[in-house]
Amino acid sequence: MIRVAIGRLLSALPVLLIVSLISFGLMRLIPGDPAAAIAGISATPAQLAQLRVDLGLDQPLLVQLLRYYEGLVQGDLGRSLLLGKGVFAATMERLPVTIGLSLYALVITLLIGLAAGIIAALRQNSIVDQAAMMFAMIGISVPSFFLGLVMIIVFGVHLGWLPTGGYIPFSQDPLGWLSSSTMPAISLALLQAGLLARITRSSMLEVLRQDYIRTARAKGLPMRQVILKHALANALIPIVTVVGIIVTLLVSGAVVTEALFSLPGMGQLLTQAVLNRDYPMVQGGLLLVTTFLVMVNILVDVLYAALDPRVRYE
Amino acid sequence: MSELAAEDFAPQRVHPARATLKRLFHHRLFVTGLALFGVIAIIAALAPWITDVDPNRLSMRNKFLSPNGDWVFGTDNFGRSLWSRTVWGAQLSMIIGASVVALNAVFGTLIGAAAGYFRRLDNMLMRVNDALMAFPAILLAIAVTSVLGPSTLNVILALGIVYIPRTARIVRSSVIVLREMEYVQAAVAAGAGHWRILRHHILPNAMAPMIVQLSFLFAYAVLSEATLSFLGVGAVPPTPTWGNIMAEGRDYMRDAPWIITIPGIALMITVMGLNLLGDGLRDVLDPRLRIQQ
Amino acid sequence: MSLLEVRGLTTGFMTGSGEITAIEDVSFSLNAGEILGIVGESGSGKSVTALSIMGLLPSPPARLISGEVIFEGQTLTNMSDRQMQTIRGPGISMIFQEPMTSLNPVFSIGEQIMETIRAHERLSPAKLRERAIEMLDKVGIPSAARRMDDYPHQMSGGQRQRVMIAMALACRPRLLIADEPTTALDVTIQAQILDLLMDLRDEFGMAIIIITHNMGVIAETADRVLVMYAGRVIEEAPVATVFDRPLHPYTRGLLECVPSLTEDRARLVAIPGTLPEPTRRPPGCRFSVRCSHAIPACSAALPPLELLEPDHSAACIRALDLAPIRTADLAP
Repeated sequence: MIRVAIGRLLSALPVLLIVSLISFGLMRLIPGDPAAAIAGISATPAQLAQLRVDLGLDQPLLVQLLRYYEGLVQGDLGRSLLLGKGVFAATMERLPVTIGLSLYALVITLLIGLAAGIIAALRQNSIVDQAAMMFAMIGISVPSFFLGLVMIIVFGVHLGWLPTGGYIPFSQDPLGWLSSSTMPAISLALLQAGLLARITRSSMLEVLRQDYIRTARAKGLPMRQVILKHALANALIPIVTVVGIIVTLLVSGAVVTEALFSLPGMGQLLTQAVLNRDYPMVQGGLLLVTTFLVMVNILVDVLYAALDPRVRYE
Repeated sequence: MSELAAEDFAPQRVHPARATLKRLFHHRLFVTGLALFGVIAIIAALAPWITDVDPNRLSMRNKFLSPNGDWVFGTDNFGRSLWSRTVWGAQLSMIIGASVVALNAVFGTLIGAAAGYFRRLDNMLMRVNDALMAFPAILLAIAVTSVLGPSTLNVILALGIVYIPRTARIVRSSVIVLREMEYVQAAVAAGAGHWRILRHHILPNAMAPMIVQLSFLFAYAVLSEATLSFLGVGAVPPTPTWGNIMAEGRDYMRDAPWIITIPGIALMITVMGLNLLGDGLRDVLDPRLRIQQ
Repeated sequence: MSLLEVRGLTTGFMTGSGEITAIEDVSFSLNAGEILGIVGESGSGKSVTALSIMGLLPSPPARLISGEVIFEGQTLTNMSDRQMQTIRGPGISMIFQEPMTSLNPVFSIGEQIMETIRAHERLSPAKLRERAIEMLDKVGIPSAARRMDDYPHQMSGGQRQRVMIAMALACRPRLLIADEPTTALDVTIQAQILDLLMDLRDEFGMAIIIITHNMGVIAETADRVLVMYAGRVIEEAPVATVFDRPLHPYTRGLLECVPSLTEDRARLVAIPGTLPEPTRRPPGCRFSVRCSHAIPACSAALPPLELLEPDHSAACIRALDLAPIRTADLAP
């Protein structure tokens, strides 16, 4: 298993290298003078020159690239123009909010998605199955921001059950965090829950057709054991790989959810940075979030190896 | 066994394309999806003829009218006709969705086929692909539009950059399987050129998973475009896009909920139609995928 | 009283174009310790017969249309799935054609044997493990104790089939159904597995139903044989009788091309044509379209399975005209 982990880490290196190159190249893609784009039209020539020096834009591209990697190696991702602090520090302040929200949404996704998928597969073509798949279809078709808006109107405004926005850190007040995060997490999770329910159902149906399920029944095992032990253990293997993708989708979707519910997470930070042309923040933040996601996916692959003896013993 | 009997028991021959179409039109999901998507697509195409008010005409006298006889979908905070805005928004969604699909069909196929067919290119192309896919999709799209500047064209480009790697990966995996097929190896042995082999032997057979992917992609593109404009980094207001209408209506959702509900439902119908369409296509064209997906 | 009685078993499958019958009116009985061979081409209904007895056909689409299965005086066909769970394992157990896919890839073989025993008996964990090792030992897995924690993918096909047998016999069943137990294996391994089954029958005294398309396997193992064609039993007799004087033209066809154990996968070249699809079965005798002796009367009505000679039945209206002369009759 350790070998799997090391192998995955090594194969992630070239990907991360390219990710960092893309992040670097992004700011250089700005049509015209990036400094002018950042400073806006009211900037004086002297201010522009200063900004160019600050951002290293006065140097040849190769020197800029070398400096960029020099910084990365030392953990220096540059300074946010808007916040006036280091990109790394700014990200570390906001990332926990996004991770917390994504984890909460992941729990909801797993509960709803797995349950709906398994029940649908066991009652294939029944009304229960069709209802679950209809729900999944709606889940993958409703834009999360629309669902969020409808939930705000219904649960926030009309029923007044949950706050319509604002964030309470978990460390301050766990219950407050729960109430402020529930609507965002549900609106974020529904799409993923729909995807997972569909995948779980087809994975489960595939496994239920396998010879070893027939063997387990031929041995006289109770149906519950056949399904919960023999079928699920195998159906979970492909599902685990999907969890990595789901985490990526959740973090991506969190951008919108945070904007909608005014949660001070990574998504909000980066959207603000984009709207205010804070390019160092966009570049560094994107790199950090993506690196984090690559790590999550490596973790998922290791978990996959732990579940499947065929991979574990390779 | 007599000759006659042999004929009796032989399977009937039907033209394959016609058989596929027949199966599609007997597929409930496909037909439902086609109907939902078709309604929106037709409305979008007919936009100039079925709207009589300019989508951007302000009319402060008529602001915040709920749907009624004169204003089918009501009006927004500037008294603009939501019918006009939603219909023109549909047209823009369709244009953007179709453009992203076209970009993917061309570049996704080219990159995927190159990576799958030429082993030497595979590693390099797929590493770049993996890197682009590692970024959270919406964040990358936001970053790209912010760099290029917000406009309809740049939204199309950004969504192209985000989704082409995903399409390329699907094309690549079919090409890799097909490349090893005996009839392809036979063509290689017969001295056919790479281009000919790709065009005549590989790509036609890699089409089924591609078509399925493109119908889902259309849905993602429409959804992402709406998301980008909702966040304020898509087509510039007052361009009537569903995302823009909803972003503007957000502040008034307590008193004028129809402003966000109408484009929201339109968006939902479009995306659901495309998803159902994709499911149907997948079941009929490529039943194998049903298990893998 | 016989161990197993199958009476008029008819099983149908729901398909897009209505219900089709996979097996029709299958009847036979089996005594304790006896070995019955069921032979036929793939698609003839052998496996459906076995799975119907076990109650393991997926329902829907499968459905028992009529008939009953009586095991040790209990009518299995009236039982709920929960009641059947107590029969499967200690009463009747089964091994399958594909040892590569019949074991669950994510559990160790030891666990898979132990859970079988655990489902039917109360034993301490130590005793359970001991019993599983003993079973592995009996089926000839070397250093059984050390292999308990191995996973199926770490074993060869022959070893996996041995594990399947150990698992099937772990609860000492009175009847073992072996569905093409050697078809997927190498030729040398096939003989070993058949020998093992024979040895274990002598040791445990269970009855065996062995399902195969290979007359060679029948000759090596079975006491009685049941020949199936297109879902129906067409001949039944003791093995020696069938080999000596087959009454049905199809059985004769099978015997003319007995693939020896060394060339198992040989096609049945002596019989032209293929088994009819269940939806396109010809009228009358289902074999008539392939039969070189067919006369118009063959297509008129389905010939019943009749006792034509002592302890020997066949379903062919021309059976007695066409049957070869008995070896016994040749003696002066």
